[in-house]
Amino acid sequence: MTHVAAVVAALAPADQRYLLQARQMQALSFAVHIPLVCFGIAFPALLLYVESLYLRTGDELYRTLARRWSRIMAALFAAGVVTGTILSFELGLLWPNFTGTFGSVFGLGFAIEGFSFFMEAIFIGIYLYGWSRLSPRAHFASGIPIVIAGFTGSLTVISVNAWMNHPTGFRLNHGNVVDVHPLSALFGNWYLWHELVHMYLAGYMVTGFVLAGAYAFGRLRGRWGRYERTALAIPLAVATLASVAQIFVGDWNGREVAAAQPTKLAAFEGLGQTTKGAPVHILGWYSHGHVEYGIPIPHLLSLLAFHSTDATVQGLDAVAPADRPPVNVVRYAFQTMVGIGSLLALLSVVYLVARVRRKRLPESTWFYRAVVAAAPLSVVALIAGWVTTEVGRQPWVVYHVMRTSDAVTGAGVIPVGYVTLAAVYFALACGVAWVLLRLCRAPLDPASESA
Amino acid sequence: MHLYDLPLIFALIGLAFYTVLGGADFGAGFWQLIAGKGKQADEIRDHAHHAMAPVWEANHVWLIFVLTVVWTAYPTAFGSIASTLSIPLFVAGIGIVLRGGAYALRAGTTTVTEQRRVDAVFAVSSILTPFALGTVIGALASERVHVGNPGGSLVTSWLNPTSIAIGVLAVASGAYTSAVFLSGDAARRGEPAVADRFRARALAAGLAAGAVAIAALIVLHFDAERIFRRLTEGVGLPALIVSVTAGVATLGLVWGRRYEPARYVAAIAVAATIAGWAVAQRPVFLHGLTIRQAAAGDDTLVAVVVSVLAGALLLFPALALLFRLTLGGELRDSEQSSGEAPVGSPRRPLVSVRLDARLSVAFLVAGIGFLTFANAGWAHAIGIACFFGFILSGYRAALPTDVADAGR
Repeated sequence: MTHVAAVVAALAPADQRYLLQARQMQALSFAVHIPLVCFGIAFPALLLYVESLYLRTGDELYRTLARRWSRIMAALFAAGVVTGTILSFELGLLWPNFTGTFGSVFGLGFAIEGFSFFMEAIFIGIYLYGWSRLSPRAHFASGIPIVIAGFTGSLTVISVNAWMNHPTGFRLNHGNVVDVHPLSALFGNWYLWHELVHMYLAGYMVTGFVLAGAYAFGRLRGRWGRYERTALAIPLAVATLASVAQIFVGDWNGREVAAAQPTKLAAFEGLGQTTKGAPVHILGWYSHGHVEYGIPIPHLLSLLAFHSTDATVQGLDAVAPADRPPVNVVRYAFQTMVGIGSLLALLSVVYLVARVRRKRLPESTWFYRAVVAAAPLSVVALIAGWVTTEVGRQPWVVYHVMRTSDAVTGAGVIPVGYVTLAAVYFALACGVAWVLLRLCRAPLDPASESA
Repeated sequence: MHLYDLPLIFALIGLAFYTVLGGADFGAGFWQLIAGKGKQADEIRDHAHHAMAPVWEANHVWLIFVLTVVWTAYPTAFGSIASTLSIPLFVAGIGIVLRGGAYALRAGTTTVTEQRRVDAVFAVSSILTPFALGTVIGALASERVHVGNPGGSLVTSWLNPTSIAIGVLAVASGAYTSAVFLSGDAARRGEPAVADRFRARALAAGLAAGAVAIAALIVLHFDAERIFRRLTEGVGLPALIVSVTAGVATLGLVWGRRYEPARYVAAIAVAATIAGWAVAQRPVFLHGLTIRQAAAGDDTLVAVVVSVLAGALLLFPALALLFRLTLGGELRDSEQSSGEAPVGSPRRPLVSVRLDARLSVAFLVAGIGFLTFANAGWAHAIGIACFFGFILSGYRAALPTDVADAGR
């Protein structure tokens, strides 16, 4: 916490007028890529589960379902691969001084991630195109490395994010990065674990709710056979259980942020002054050190963050104004994430109780409308969560070590790149949406299925 | 050789793989682009798509591998390259998005017209990306990148004779290796007519690539004198000879329809070109920056080397499996089902639902206790384990496999 922002910048940029555009371009790239990552984390496991049901029961329904899902996974995975490639380009293109100064500390995480990516890409090729020629067991086995690589990939990438939020494993000596220990910087960092669990659960929530939402929409349209019920129940069960666990994991995340990044926590809650027995405000607007028009819940922030109603919580005033993140952006992203997360957990409890107690799927149309709404909402919560942590870290790219404005490129072509990328991603999103619609409308007849 | 050379050697090996495999992938797009119209053209485009579909993703990861190794082991050089050459790198990135997008879109196409449109998107990327990445190599070879952010002109660093020559060479050699691979794949699938069409393309592209390579050498003579000298007189000469020999040998093998050896000899020609560039350029990384000066600290270098070697132990067997299955015709789109269907076993009795439900509640309570109310790190670890226990047992309770039949 006592580092001074005094990194000797070999690659210090000339004055960059387009810092904000560079940040927005990076944010756009993340926002497009991260929902796809969720499918990389959770979809292979769901698919393998369905395929295992086929192996166990011999019921063609499960094979049909798995094959249709695998076509969706192929399209989403392709989009994930290329948007992920763009992200790795941008680490250099937009933030050359970040990569140039600290690449030796955090870069290893991405190098290891590259191998996860390789295993994913290799076995997804085998899995997708092996349906017809491989034996059922060999085909099932070819999916297992995809699940493992999905986990190790998120582990390594999140280890880099955790390092940016809680940098360790190096020293600054007269502004030079020395004494670099990349393994301890990435994997010996206690800040890694809560982020990893939070994101991993989010992956299952997004994948589960988006899939279930599609079939719930079908039910509202009158498509409700044996196939649709199964296709809804499996992802919904996973998503709802993950949502319940996520409430407590999210609370744990808040406490870890309170310990390591008090200014970020103060921005979550719009806490202007260091306060003993600090409250939580719901909604409202942060202005001049206070949340106005919010609904206060006294002492709750102290209780949540430090498990004592009278604990002192550090406010934004503890640091200079130049070292504070944009409070309303962070605060509203945080409120969005928590609000949607709570609603999803509520929906989940309703579903789980109905399912276990009454041993059937809910019958109310309102329930299925809620599941349809949960699909986009879970994606919004995911992106809001990343906005919370990434904008909450500002103005630092490496927390208390390097400012984002010192990391940016000196190349003045950012606006052109930004517009181009936005246009290409818009086209990509339209294309993927078109493919998914096409795949949904394809006939169900198992004989006409092909990988 | 020193420790600080090792990661760069790994990166160059990765670059060779990317140039051969990724280059062949883009080359397939090139052939789709100039296929024209009609039934034969559709066959060409279809074959190019189906031969690449199972492997294209893996082929593209090589580029990410190269980037990550360079930015970890030579961060200052990477930062300078990324800043100075931001335009061609960005163009290459956009091309890769188009390639992946085209792959994703083709799954939804139902008519030939739609396929043609989607293939056109891929075809654009097949020119953009190899050319742009070739100009990056040209910028490094002609030492137009200095240390800095940016360290050199944003335009002339990559729009210059050497860069353009190597960009064109990258497109041509991708088209060449691609045609060699595709004719082999077609012959193996028992489609001699398609194989012959790609054979003709391979021969034409081979001659063209050879001509471009000679032109590129002439350009180097005037524009990148140091590299030219070391390639033609010094340490790079053996690699140059291997490259030329292998290139000519590939042509001979394709002429004789011996596609399998041609596949590997073509790869050797590309790899030798990259090796020649590397030894000719050594020890210079950027203008005014040697490899040694660019290298990160020893701890990082050791970690990179160990990680890459360990990763390679996993990667190469997996890659070998993928290519063996692909070349063996085990991986392809097909309507037919593998003969053996699993034997249906009677459904398990579902008496344990209530037990699972109770177990999951117990896990949930324990998880809250360890994660929320305890503060020690070990307690949090137990808490997380409990939450995963909650999810698993809860899943068994919430989803007995009867849902399909009784879940109304």
